[in-house]
Amino acid sequence: MELMNEMNLTFSSKSMNENFARTAVSAFVLPLDPTITELADIKTAVSEAVTNSIIHGYEYGEGQIGINAKIYDNGRIVIKIKDKGKGIENIAQAMEPLFSTVGGERAGLGFAVMQSFMDKLKVTSKVNCGTSVTMEKYIIRRSKALNDDVNP
Amino acid sequence: MNVKTIYDDGELTALLFGEIDHHTARDIRLSVDSEIEKHHPTKLILDFRRVKFMDSSGIGLIMGRYRLMKLVGGEIVLCNVPPHLERIIALSGVRSITK
Repeated sequence: MELMNEMNLTFSSKSMNENFARTAVSAFVLPLDPTITELADIKTAVSEAVTNSIIHGYEYGEGQIGINAKIYDNGRIVIKIKDKGKGIENIAQAMEPLFSTVGGERAGLGFAVMQSFMDKLKVTSKVNCGTSVTMEKYIIRRSKALNDDVNP
Repeated sequence: MNVKTIYDDGELTALLFGEIDHHTARDIRLSVDSEIEKHHPTKLILDFRRVKFMDSSGIGLIMGRYRLMKLVGGEIVLCNVPPHLERIIALSGVRSITK
């Protein structure tokens, strides 16, 4: 497994950047030739993580959100989304579906979506220091498999 | 704006389009809610035909409108849900509260 490409992105915790972040990550993973469904899964998971940082990490205040993404030649994608916000006291509770600290318009499904749309999810957090969400997904290499068949 | 509302004979239709996330959901919510408060419809139809992307903020939007429609004694219907939104809708379980 070899690293094909890596990118780092830092942007302000503004809600307009939710679209920017998921679009940037989806463009970055394109060389792996994902299906439309795989791409939609990645975009949704990134959108959830970035939204969490804006709403919960920084509680709508100012801050920076960082994304590090890596793609590997075997189809592996690793996306790490970090904030330096208020952190999560109880990660297990925060990850329970339908749990929401803000209630109202929030469905409390962010982590459930990340978990179900990606292959791996790891959340680390420290109160008053920030939260880091690492997600992985494996894309089946269709074009590579085809090439290997033609030129074994 | 990612929504266009049409009121006719007790039914309020909200045609949603573009990308629904936490950023765009706010304006959609304000627009739909002001129409619900104005007309007190018996039915709210959320039409997803032109929605290209939706994350869990869209689910929050559906749940919030469901609560409001219940308050005014109406029901909520999801229509024209494209295949790419089925997954998040299934995961959320909102089908059980909508028609």
